[in-house]
Amino acid sequence: MIPINKILEIRNLHVTFSTYGGEVKAVRGVDLDLHEGETLAIVGESGCGKSVTANSIMRLIPTPAGKISNGTIRFKGMDLAKATDKQMRNIRGVDISMIFQDPMTALNPTLTIGTQLTEGVRQHQNLSKKEAEQRAVEMMNLVGIPNPHERLKQYPHQFSGGMRQRIVIAIALIGEPDLLIADEPTTALDVTIQAQILELFETIQKETNVAIILITHDLGVVAKVADRINVMYAGKIIEAGTREEIFYQPKHPYTKGLLQSIPRLDQKGEKLLPIDGTPPDLFSPPVGCPFTARCPHAMVVCEKVYPLRHQPTDSHYADCWLYDERAHTTNLNPKKEEMT
Amino acid sequence: MTNQPLLEVKNLKKHFDIGRGQTVKAVDGITFDVYRGETFGVVGESGCGKSTAGRTLLTLYDKTDGEVRYDGEDVHAIPEKDRERFFRKMQMIFQDPYASLNPRSTVKEIIAEPMEIHGLFNNKQDRLNRVYELLEEVGLNRDHANRYPHEFSGGQRQRIGIARALALDPEFIICDEPISALDVSVQAQIVNLLERLQREKGLTYLFIAHDLSMVRHISDRIAVMYLGHIIELTDSERLYEKPLHPYTQALLSAVPIPDPKVEEERSRIILEGELPSPIDPPSGCVFRTRCPFARDVCAQEKPKWLEAEEGRYVACHLYDPKHFEMSPEELRREVQNN
Repeated sequence: MIPINKILEIRNLHVTFSTYGGEVKAVRGVDLDLHEGETLAIVGESGCGKSVTANSIMRLIPTPAGKISNGTIRFKGMDLAKATDKQMRNIRGVDISMIFQDPMTALNPTLTIGTQLTEGVRQHQNLSKKEAEQRAVEMMNLVGIPNPHERLKQYPHQFSGGMRQRIVIAIALIGEPDLLIADEPTTALDVTIQAQILELFETIQKETNVAIILITHDLGVVAKVADRINVMYAGKIIEAGTREEIFYQPKHPYTKGLLQSIPRLDQKGEKLLPIDGTPPDLFSPPVGCPFTARCPHAMVVCEKVYPLRHQPTDSHYADCWLYDERAHTTNLNPKKEEMT
Repeated sequence: MTNQPLLEVKNLKKHFDIGRGQTVKAVDGITFDVYRGETFGVVGESGCGKSTAGRTLLTLYDKTDGEVRYDGEDVHAIPEKDRERFFRKMQMIFQDPYASLNPRSTVKEIIAEPMEIHGLFNNKQDRLNRVYELLEEVGLNRDHANRYPHEFSGGQRQRIGIARALALDPEFIICDEPISALDVSVQAQIVNLLERLQREKGLTYLFIAHDLSMVRHISDRIAVMYLGHIIELTDSERLYEKPLHPYTQALLSAVPIPDPKVEEERSRIILEGELPSPIDPPSGCVFRTRCPFARDVCAQEKPKWLEAEEGRYVACHLYDPKHFEMSPEELRREVQNN
């Protein structure tokens, strides 16, 4: 990959939530880098901490229950983990924007689309009403909403699900952010509409060079749009690499398991290979590798000590003991290794 | 597969009255047969009527028109008080494992309830043993019997729902999106469980889903629904290798494949626009408003249910030589060139 400007650098991020049942350690030491104009996918199953990581960047962790207990989030020379509310207000919607899963609830039903689109730019960029509306029309064109002048006067209920998600994207982009965080942006949509929205992401990135963090559980979507992938499990990034590395040379048994457990539309049905068991409880996360209990190759050390990082290339790493040179008795299936 | 279908559905309609003289035509005339021992998949996007169809088959909704025959018997004609014996043969697994289990009942009570209603295993100990047996069959264990649903993960709850559906030893199970609320690694566990139970018990499934990859994996034959209609019906291999209906083609091409190289080389048919309202569906072919091949005839006439190849049915004028002199392939090339 060509070295380009790094715009976001997260180091050792920890996020916890206090509950009646105790403290949930939702994110447990995440490191993450993002460069200009690239799409980074964070994949993982529910409860793995992918949304909490994204919400931390926007400082949307609900307080006082949740808090960033450790770590730094460097963005444009500022540590967002320590930014004041006022500083964050100037960042949200201007430098960083976020879109959410459910386009039905992301919009205010009592305001017109035009008001919601222009609210941000009028506040932050001091545009006149007319200038702001002009910007709004441009954005509506960019996201592919026909008759923008008339539709600006309409309310969210007059739009379909796919159209609402386009509007949400337009609102996110109108402030010309450097970073767009999309949390499961197509999960609530039908596949034919999802295809439209994914095309739209590609167009937008070409035209605006915005960096995108895409949070999803759908590996098909990832294969289509991501440049790099971080795989999260139980609050940690257990494997990271380029799209090709993750899909064709996965190292972590969890990543391999995920890839094997999904059926493919273009292949005839063989038996699916599920990952047995369920993720660990994050009230008292395991000290060692969190995947140990479900891992077909687990060794004694895995339960006791968190793995050292195995780094086959500059862009690829996996936290797994199997690749440690002292682990010479691994029972990694050699045939599977050759295949990958 | 024997020749006598277990379930015969003929021109089934379910319309909902929504007041002001308007009706939602959720299911508007569907016809298909399900044979003993097969898995029949029903796919389509939200609002296409697939869940309504499933519920109407099971008489959870009264039909508006048409006929559903189970083992030769018209199920909607069975008086309500006699439907119990029908429910012993036909059960349902629901989408949401959080909403479909009573939070105030223990797992034991949930699984034993159908037996209680149907007066099976009347001895308390027998019934408990049957609950244990069912728990083990679905990959749980007897220690789970006294717990409440909230103590279980989504995948485990779905197993409880499956155990409840199996309690009466049914022949036919309607699975309405049984895995779409689950995480990917757990989805495979549940699908493998359903497949194993089918082999062991000779079950017949009607599998309703929007995840086309999973439906391909599990189904023998598949019906594709759009706006209350079945627009294509065939065995799953042929459907995925060469879809006939323009909607099926677009739908399949829209599903992303978890393989970057394949993704880069694929061409996508991006459908314009969105699903029309089922209150006021388009005249003629319901898909014509989004169809790249639509012609005048598509607005004027409802497409016939044609057998395009042996065992392959499609509702599309493209395959009706009366309307199109060009073959569908030639037409496709022409549309692509323009």
